[in-house]
Amino acid sequence: MSFLKVKDLQVEFRVDKKMIKPIEGVSFQMQKGEVLGMVGETGSGKSLTAHAIVGLSTLAGGVIGGSIKFEGQDLLSLSEKEMQSIRGAQIAFIPQNPMTSLDPVYRVGDQIIEALRQHVKISKREAKLQVIEVMARLNIPNPERVFHQYPHQLSGGLKQRIVIAIGVCTNPKLLVADEPTTALDVTVQAQIIRLFKEMTVERGISLFLITHDLGVIAQVCDKVAVMYAGNMVEFGSIEALFKNPRHPYTKALLDCIPTIGMAKGSLSAIYGSVPSSGVYPSGCRYHPRCPYADEQCRKTMPPLLEVEVENWVACYKYYGKK
Amino acid sequence: MEKIIEIKNLSVSFAVRGGLLLRKIGTVKAVDDVSFSINKGEILGVVGESGCGKSTLARLILRLIEPTRGSVTFAGIDILKLSKKVLRQQRRHMQMVFQDPYSVMDPRYTIFRSIAEPFQIQNIRFTTEEKRKKVDDLLELVGLSSEHGFSYPHELSGGQKQRADIARMLALTPQFVILDEPTAALDVSVQAQIIKLLEGLRERLDLTLLFISHDLSLVSYFCDRVIVMYLGRIVEIISADLIGKNPHHPYTQALIESIFKAVPDEKSTAAPLEGEVPSPFNLPRGCVFASRCRYAQPICLEKSPNLEESGDGGQVACYFPLDSN
Amino acid sequence: MGVIGTVLILCLVFVAIFAPLLEPYSYQSQNIEIMNSPPSLTHLLGTDDFGRDVFSRVIRGARISFVVGVLSVLISVVIGVIVGSIAGFYGGVVDIILTTIADLTWSMPAILIALLIVAVTGAGLESVVLAIGLSYWAQYARLIRGQILSLKSAVFIEATRSLGASDFVLLFKHLIPNSLSPVIVAATIGIGNAIVLEATLGFLGMGAQPPTPSWGAMMSNGTAYLFIAPWMIIFPGLAMMITVLGFNLFGDALIDVMDIKNKDSI
Repeated sequence: MSFLKVKDLQVEFRVDKKMIKPIEGVSFQMQKGEVLGMVGETGSGKSLTAHAIVGLSTLAGGVIGGSIKFEGQDLLSLSEKEMQSIRGAQIAFIPQNPMTSLDPVYRVGDQIIEALRQHVKISKREAKLQVIEVMARLNIPNPERVFHQYPHQLSGGLKQRIVIAIGVCTNPKLLVADEPTTALDVTVQAQIIRLFKEMTVERGISLFLITHDLGVIAQVCDKVAVMYAGNMVEFGSIEALFKNPRHPYTKALLDCIPTIGMAKGSLSAIYGSVPSSGVYPSGCRYHPRCPYADEQCRKTMPPLLEVEVENWVACYKYYGKK
Repeated sequence: MEKIIEIKNLSVSFAVRGGLLLRKIGTVKAVDDVSFSINKGEILGVVGESGCGKSTLARLILRLIEPTRGSVTFAGIDILKLSKKVLRQQRRHMQMVFQDPYSVMDPRYTIFRSIAEPFQIQNIRFTTEEKRKKVDDLLELVGLSSEHGFSYPHELSGGQKQRADIARMLALTPQFVILDEPTAALDVSVQAQIIKLLEGLRERLDLTLLFISHDLSLVSYFCDRVIVMYLGRIVEIISADLIGKNPHHPYTQALIESIFKAVPDEKSTAAPLEGEVPSPFNLPRGCVFASRCRYAQPICLEKSPNLEESGDGGQVACYFPLDSN
Repeated sequence: MGVIGTVLILCLVFVAIFAPLLEPYSYQSQNIEIMNSPPSLTHLLGTDDFGRDVFSRVIRGARISFVVGVLSVLISVVIGVIVGSIAGFYGGVVDIILTTIADLTWSMPAILIALLIVAVTGAGLESVVLAIGLSYWAQYARLIRGQILSLKSAVFIEATRSLGASDFVLLFKHLIPNSLSPVIVAATIGIGNAIVLEATLGFLGMGAQPPTPSWGAMMSNGTAYLFIAPWMIIFPGLAMMITVLGFNLFGDALIDVMDIKNKDSI
């Protein structure tokens, strides 16, 4: 049994009397203790996928199809009340922007305690001890002092650590992190990513990490899912994906990243721009930008197929190659 | 090589006021004693984290902010000594592309009107016919079509808006252009498009560029030489080819180590730089980087090191520069 | 509600323009024989102490209220926009001086300023317009100053400046046009206030001089006959109330149409 199994997920929203489907055909699975990365550009649906897993998209008025099985239990069949007992306790969510996800009028320590006491019945004093321990484990210097400070007194990196502390204080089994380092400076980003790595290795937490940075994926993840315009186009182990990208989009995306020592003029770009939800092209959504696209790609959407064990791809041009 | 821009001891500090009476409680040296020059046709990069002063530096060079001290010479003219009126005419030779394409154009103007505005501002008179032709040419030059001219900024994607902004700044055929994080708000695939576009334009139009970014990989790919800044000071000036091979300043090295390589086999093993960029408010004397530097010695806390020749064409401000050998 | 406001304002505009055609009697023809007669079929809203038809006078009054309201607000807005945008754009000492003057004007009751001006220039319609215009400009100055302050650091302003644009171009082509929508809303509601102030001045005998039928003057005149001929005071009052309500409803609707974020500042 998979730890987390998402099958044929789709999310619909009503916008101005029209239904749009920002996510369609997303399937993947992860095992306990694994780190799964999800990569994609703006509007690819990666954040919405995360929201769907932690049950936040229904709150925002979304209609969800497909299934999300967490340790065998279908999360989509749960009531909001049942979901509340899972969210935070077993599945923790770390939102994108540490600057706005903390309440400015409460001390950060109290905010972590509140998260903890929502799911664990302990006294305030015990909670405080536990919280300070969690903070120390997250390399927060001088946790007793920071405990009593307000968010505006902390640096960006410290704030993000507090947000992570709120997520992990209940010892969740799965951590869903939505671009946890995007708002941070590069040197601080390196610290936070390292912290995530330690948490997964040392404490066995499974991590679902959303990022637009393929470098972060390569360094931290075991598996990776590539999203494009609301579809999953490729899913597999990082070794396979980085060495032998199967989908033309994955390959093109890798070629877009500049590196130190790269020859001048050798950077390549993907022609065109990402379509926005509501005006997706027919067939494969990548076909207007794909140099290999043919009639079939323009007409019908390619299904996500397992082309090798645990390696999935949605591209007509690849199915035949095998 | 002909120097097109020469900057000497450029500094600006802002007073920080606090309390009910807004008394001055300290100063922030946003840019502190910065000197360098840019050769004609060169792409010079400026890299650093938030608060390093790179964006302030750009605005000082264009005199969008008045410096406290120092000089900026462009093609032999001291920009800081120009009268307001002459400065306005001079601006056509020095242009800037801004970080946020989402707010760089007046939301009430069509793209066409925004791109044609520079002509009006600089009193370049065209007939309606000539103006339309000029703007269409500019749109084509940056990979847009004349139909895009009818759109309002909010109707374009981020990449298209950045292209339109580039067209607007090219309208006055500048010799020198500052690019302030032109791709920071864009996706990687769109970033690559803009970088390719800039590579082509530089070739065709013989531009000299100052490229500001927080992304060392991008800067080292796109630029010829790179300035590394930390807390308002230049810590190193290095040829882009040498960044990966032989950085001299511990901070440059730390920046390189914090890059995540998109290669699963090459997992980074270096311990990340500890701490964060300290508040620029009332900095202690000594080297600005000393508080985070793993090689810091007592002298580093005493006196700030000067920017000196590093031996391979670059400059470094460190008492104990790193050496690959 | 916006529809109601729009309809009310359109009615007022219509009545103001076609007043001479709509009046059943001349607004100034006197007839002592029928003075203070109550509403009837011949005189819908009754007659006043000179036997003039109240209905005709209320209609003619709409014209005066409308003209005074629009013109005085126009004066306020022009002064306010100039003072406010200069204060916000240049900051520093200029800002301190201009803001202090605006605050002083703002802190004095508008009626007091208006009375002062009318006292100097003498009663009459022109001085009423001027007086109201000079009493209310501070609110527009403060409004536009705030707008300019937040807009002047916008990227597109910096970008335009880097093209070599002068302060004049920045202010009049970019900053002010982008700051006007809340001012337009405030001005709409302001017309209602101006009409009330005009009536107040008229009530105090400082407004339009007889026989010009300003609503305020009519009400003032009616106080003497409050118990004998209450219609003299009720109907001009009602007309004014409906008009002010119309401008307020219309202004509220404009806030939504123009998508104004900071609604509290209006």
